[in-house]
Formats: sequence, structure tokens, C-alpha cells
Amino acid sequence: MNRSPVIAIASGKGGTGKTTVAIHLAAALLFHKRSVQYLDCDVEEPNGHLFLKPRIVSSETVGIPVPAVDAATCTSCGKCAEVCEFNAIARLKKPLVFPELCHGCGACALVCPVGAIHETPRAIGVVESGHAGSIAFAQGRLNIGEPMSLPLIRAVKAKRNPEAVALLDAPPGTACPVVATVRGADFVVLVTEPTPFGLHDLSLAVDTLLPMGVPLGIVVNRADGDLRVHDYCREHHLPLLAELPDDRRVAETYARGELLFDCLPEWRERFENLWTRIEEQL
Amino acid sequence: MKVALTSSAKTLADPIDMHFGRAKFFILADTETGKAVAHDNAQNLHAAQGAGIQAAETVARLGAETVITGSVGPKAYRALQAAGIKIALVEAVCPGTEALRRFKDNELPVLDKPNSEGHWV
Amino acid sequence: MKEWVVISGKGGTGKTSLTASFAALATNAVLADGDVDAADLHLILAPEIRRREEFRSGHRASIRAEACLGCGRCAALCRFEAIAATTRPSDAARVFTVDPSACEGCGVCVWNCPAQAVDFNERTCGEWFVSDTRHGPLVHARLYPGAENSGKLVHLVREQARNLANQEHRDLVLVDGPPGTGCPVIAALTGASGVLVVTEPTVSGAHDLGRVLELTGHFNIPTAVCVNKWDIHPELADRIETAARAAGAVPVGRVRYDKAATAAQRQGLAVVEAGASPLADDVRAVWKTWMDFAQETP
Repeated sequence: MNRSPVIAIASGKGGTGKTTVAIHLAAALLFHKRSVQYLDCDVEEPNGHLFLKPRIVSSETVGIPVPAVDAATCTSCGKCAEVCEFNAIARLKKPLVFPELCHGCGACALVCPVGAIHETPRAIGVVESGHAGSIAFAQGRLNIGEPMSLPLIRAVKAKRNPEAVALLDAPPGTACPVVATVRGADFVVLVTEPTPFGLHDLSLAVDTLLPMGVPLGIVVNRADGDLRVHDYCREHHLPLLAELPDDRRVAETYARGELLFDCLPEWRERFENLWTRIEEQL
Repeated sequence: MKVALTSSAKTLADPIDMHFGRAKFFILADTETGKAVAHDNAQNLHAAQGAGIQAAETVARLGAETVITGSVGPKAYRALQAAGIKIALVEAVCPGTEALRRFKDNELPVLDKPNSEGHWV
Repeated sequence: MKEWVVISGKGGTGKTSLTASFAALATNAVLADGDVDAADLHLILAPEIRRREEFRSGHRASIRAEACLGCGRCAALCRFEAIAATTRPSDAARVFTVDPSACEGCGVCVWNCPAQAVDFNERTCGEWFVSDTRHGPLVHARLYPGAENSGKLVHLVREQARNLANQEHRDLVLVDGPPGTGCPVIAALTGASGVLVVTEPTVSGAHDLGRVLELTGHFNIPTAVCVNKWDIHPELADRIETAARAAGAVPVGRVRYDKAATAAQRQGLAVVEAGASPLADDVRAVWKTWMDFAQETP
């Protein structure tokens, strides 16, 4: 590895402990004197900041380019409305643009025969960067009700510093925001729990991510002796990187927004070991 | 004048369709001559998004000056406004002939803002 | 006919587990799983599928390698990082190819290719089902991996559930909603009669609850709130309920942190089906209080 790796932490099911694993891995890396950066790509519900409590030093609005039609130049040919795949332009006497439906693809501006369309940015959210102690930090916050999240996820990933190990906290699920987060990563850690819901959603996540060609490893959180995830990993030849035991004290510490290492020091070793296992896979 | 009624089927005798964007048919009626022609809105029923917008385009293209319907979402409302088309509101399902009669007698309120939410965007 | 939707904001608060119990307690309901990205309700309800349909939405571009001139105009115009150079096997020429998981379906490459070498086919994004379960009919769906989740499939699932309820004269549609606050949740909420937000007494849960209540407030839907696993942080549970009231939502009860929840799930049962327990009592009480609140609101 001649540059620092990018590790995505994802999960099919929400609430399995993605953010917990991501922030504690970041803290463990610090102990190993590595330069580390935490990037919260769960732009709909970014939670890393609640635990890392970063100092934000910069905030940028992220927008997508949406069309504006110059009525004077427009000849009402209707080609812009016709070409729009997202029904964001209504063909009336003059074209009427619905910016909230626009995906920012530029098809309309390209097709207009008289150059009557120019694009202006529509804000979808903000990217904030700063640091939490020695951990470099960036997150995206999507405006409530905003349908387009991918450009914001890309903007968060663009804050990546190649000198540091980058930990990407992915959104839950298997839809395109997760795919956009994981694309280009060197490794994905999939966090799950040994329950029917956890295993089912893990298999969905594996089905989504395996074809992308990024190596995967599994972490079982809230482990309690149930072996269904262990069996799954064996059957699918996926490395089981760590078992984090079920412990009500962990839930309580998490509920308070505190870091495990501060309250339950034995957990530091668990995350250091997890990092060692990840490094072996890289 | 030409008015467009949202309809569940092809004739004015049939019940009106309360929803503008995904109405099954638009019936274009001439209030002076009484002539009525049905236009199928089938392609909009399956539109991913912006069905209301497409519906507004359709009635604008048909030359309607007023739409008679039950509910209009925010995007369709905006499109109808931009096209200068008024909206006359029916509060409950009734046959198209009844809605048209009440419109001509000025019994239907005019909608001045959308009365239904958008669907997922 | 009423439509009640259970959402959570933050994932993992117990929304699906609780909905499974509500399904067992409800009489005469049609059930719907609106979490089309990672559907889990069927793991408890064990549906027998009666009908299966494909879900098609949008298009996907695909470049015919043999027709590609290698000019790269498509890659230059694509705003979604979906087009990259590759080598054509037949003659080792440099050509371009679309990454299907990144393709937005906008058509820019299709309309602007000088050789018209780009196909633009309808995309099958998933499938939906109408099934029978021991607690009534269930409408559910599955999005294929990496698909766009605009909410269209969620909307379709709800619509089918409502149609079924009308046909079978059932008075309630109960929807297991998606997590988050994006389009899928909006699609689950619009036009609903009432919402229950299942949250947890954690800083993350409280933070995400704030975002969810903004959304339900915007849609003006009568909103109830239930704090699950309340006893891992009782003081925060209190504060959450106070904040919920301030936002116009109504707390309808609390459910305790109890391993019996996992045990029931592992048996394929809803908590209220897995024998008498204090946990089951908590869940029944929440259902009753929510329904009482629901009957009051028009």
C-alpha cells in the first residue's frame, strides 16, 4: 500500500453499530500513531459528530446544476421537456422547470437549439470539515426532504486526504447511496448482529457489494453465542474480523454519546485487534 | 369556453376522477356547444414522477381554460398556474354532467393553492 | 379505511419488531412492508406469495462496444462518473463502457453519441409481491442491489395495500416504513392517516427524531412517538418525550430493553406471540395507547 487506504464501514441493516465501529476504529488508529480521517457519508442521518464532537472549521454548500430558461431566447420548441428523463420540465407556452425533480444531468442545456438554457446551482446540503482532536473529520448534512444525496456523498469523499487512513461511515441499506460511498474504497467492513434481521440484511449487503470487487470483511456486533453469522461467513468464504460481545453497558455508553474506551477500557484492545485484522486483508 | 374534467371513464355521465395527476381520462367539454371529447391519460398513471406536471401539459395542449377536479398537488398546481389555467374544485365524487352544471352555475369554488401533497419528491 | 405508518428516523430502533407485534394485535388489517431496501417484516410473518410483479423504473445506458468510436464524448459529458475507458477485446481498441451501478439513466450519453452507439433500455429495479400471512395479507417488495430508491416502489406497495384493503373491506393498512428521512420515507408518509415514530433513548436516536418530526410536521400528519429500550437511558427517554410534545407529537408509551425481543425474532415470532412477558405487556400497552390516540384524530 503506497498510499493510505480507504476503508468503508457499511451494513445492510441500520442500527447494527456502523458508526460505533467507525469511530472506535478511528480512535484505535490514533493509538497506533496513524494519521486518520473520519468521513461521515450517511448524509441523511450523520451521527459521527455526536460522539467525536469535532470542531468544524469550514462549511460549504453543495448544489446541483439545475436549468434556468431564458424566455426571450426560447422558441418553445419543447425539446428540453422531451429530453428530460425525470419530468422536471413542463412544456407549456414557455418551459416550466421543477428544480426539485432535476438530477442535474445537463441534457436540457445540451439539447436546446438556441442556447436558451443556462444552469445555476440548487443547494442540496452542506459539507463540513474540521477535526476531533487528532482525527480529521468531514460530514455531509442533506437538507430535509431533499431527494438527491449522491452529489453530497461525492463531496464528502472529495475531502479525503490521501496521507491519512480514511474511514467512510456509510449509510445503511443496499441502495445507490451505499454503492456511491463504497465505490473506490480499498476495503469494506460490514457490521451485523446475530439475529434473523441482521443476517438477512447482511446477505443483501454482500450481494450488492461483492460484484463491485471491493474486498469485504464482517464484524459481528452484539455477539451472544448465536453462530448464524459465523456459519454464513464460512459458507461464503468471507473473513470474520471481530466479534463484539453483547453488553448492556455498551448500549448505555452509546446512549449517552460517550466513547467506549473512556468507560469500558477493555474495548480498546478489541478495536486494535480489529484494525490488525483489517490490515492483514489489505 | 373549453373546460377539462378529470374523469374515471370516457363520458360525462361517468363519475369524475378526484385526482388530477393520475386521472384515467380528461374530458374536454365546450360549455357553449356541449361537445365533449375524452382523452386517455393512461401513460401518466405509471409515470415515475411528475405525473401531475404531465397532466397539466396535456390539458394546456388541449386548450382548456379551466380544470374541474377534486385535488391538485403542488407541482401540478404550479404548472397549471404558469399555463394560466384556473381550477374549479369538486368536493365529492359525482357524475361529470353534475360537475359541469355546477361549474356553469358558479357553484364550484376556485382553488387558489394546492390541496394535496406531492407524492415522493 | 385508515393507513398507519411506523417509521424510525434512525435505523435499528425496533420499528420492524414492533410492527410485527402490531400486525398480530390488529384485527382486519392489510400489512405492507415499505422498507423496500432491506425488507425484514417477512422474516416474522412468513408470507405465502400469491402474486409477483416486476418493478421497472427509468432507463440504463449501455454502450455497444463494436459500434464505439472511442471519442470519449460520453465520458466527458457524464456527470455521474459512470463512464470509463476500457479495451475492446476484438481489436484492443480503446472504447468506453458504462458502469451500470453508477448510471443515473439521464440519457445524455445516448443523445450525444456521434455514432449512436448507446442503448437505453428500461431498467428492472426490483419486484413486489402480494402474499398471505397468519395476520392478514401482506404487500411487500424487494429492490435489486444498488438500485435507486426514489420512493416510487414504496408508493406502489402502499397503493397496492390500500387497493387490497378496499377490495376486501378491511379497515386498516399498517405499514412498516423505511428508515431515514429521505424520499422513501416521504413516499411512505404522504397521505397517511397517522404515524408512529419508534425511537430509542440515545443521542443518535434523539438527533434523528428531530429530523423525522420536521418531516411529519411538514406533512401535517398526527404523529405518535414510542421510546423503545427506554431503560438504557431513562433520563434521555424523558427528554425525548418532552421534545416530542413540544414538536406537536404525542408520546404513546415506552418499551423496555429486553433480550426477549431477540429471542422472539429468532423463533420467527412477534414479541406478543412468544408467550407472556413484561416486554409483551409493554408492546400491547403501546398499541392500545396509539390506537386510542388514532381513533380521536379524524
